[in-house]
Amino acid sequence: MKILYFAWLRQRIGRAEEDLEPPAEVATVAALIDWLRARGPGYAAALANPAIIRVAVNQEFARADAPIRAGDEVALFPPVTGG
Amino acid sequence: MIRVQREDFDVGAELAALTTGNHAIGGLASFVGLVRDLHGPDDTGIKAMTLEHYPGMTEKMLREIEAKAGHRWPIDASLIIHRYGRLEPGDRIVLVACASRHRDAAFDACRFLMDWLKTKAPFWKLEETAHGSRWVEARRNDDQAAARWTSDPDAAA
Repeated sequence: MKILYFAWLRQRIGRAEEDLEPPAEVATVAALIDWLRARGPGYAAALANPAIIRVAVNQEFARADAPIRAGDEVALFPPVTGG
Repeated sequence: MIRVQREDFDVGAELAALTTGNHAIGGLASFVGLVRDLHGPDDTGIKAMTLEHYPGMTEKMLREIEAKAGHRWPIDASLIIHRYGRLEPGDRIVLVACASRHRDAAFDACRFLMDWLKTKAPFWKLEETAHGSRWVEARRNDDQAAARWTSDPDAAA
């Protein structure tokens, strides 16, 4: 699974992307955030408040209960501020 | 048509190209977004702004937003150009333009594109101030502006 981080999530986690294989029980966006949060202090800082994190699965906005599968591209980022 | 680019754009040339050859068009509405030198409740001075985006998803979302506008209004031509990278006050960030037979569709579609772009297109602004850099926070009224076009709660994702 390819995981991408943008804006301050990228800065706090210290990388823009990584390939990870979460265990099978990590089957939703919310579970993935919980699993990532335990990976280290940078992740814990970036993901402390899931309510302010937006997620895209395969480049489509996804809700916390959306399923994730091996091979997906999952992006985590703050609310967008373009325009 | 959508474009995501680092370079500046020529508003006059882009608008002229959009309507060339289609004489059914009676109205062309456009919006240009610029980098302001003031931001926040305290009007902090901004020296520059860096726009980060999600290559791939950005283009996909802009195409989807443009298609939504095309389904909703009788648009003959539309254009979204959004820049990324480091920009300074006064620089152009975004151009949205819609051409139609009559002005109402052009005005409404242009505003719709801009409202939706602000809540759906994956861009993030990092401001440089005298006190350091800070990420711009999403504004609640941007969500409200997008939501008025629909009863779909996803509008304010």
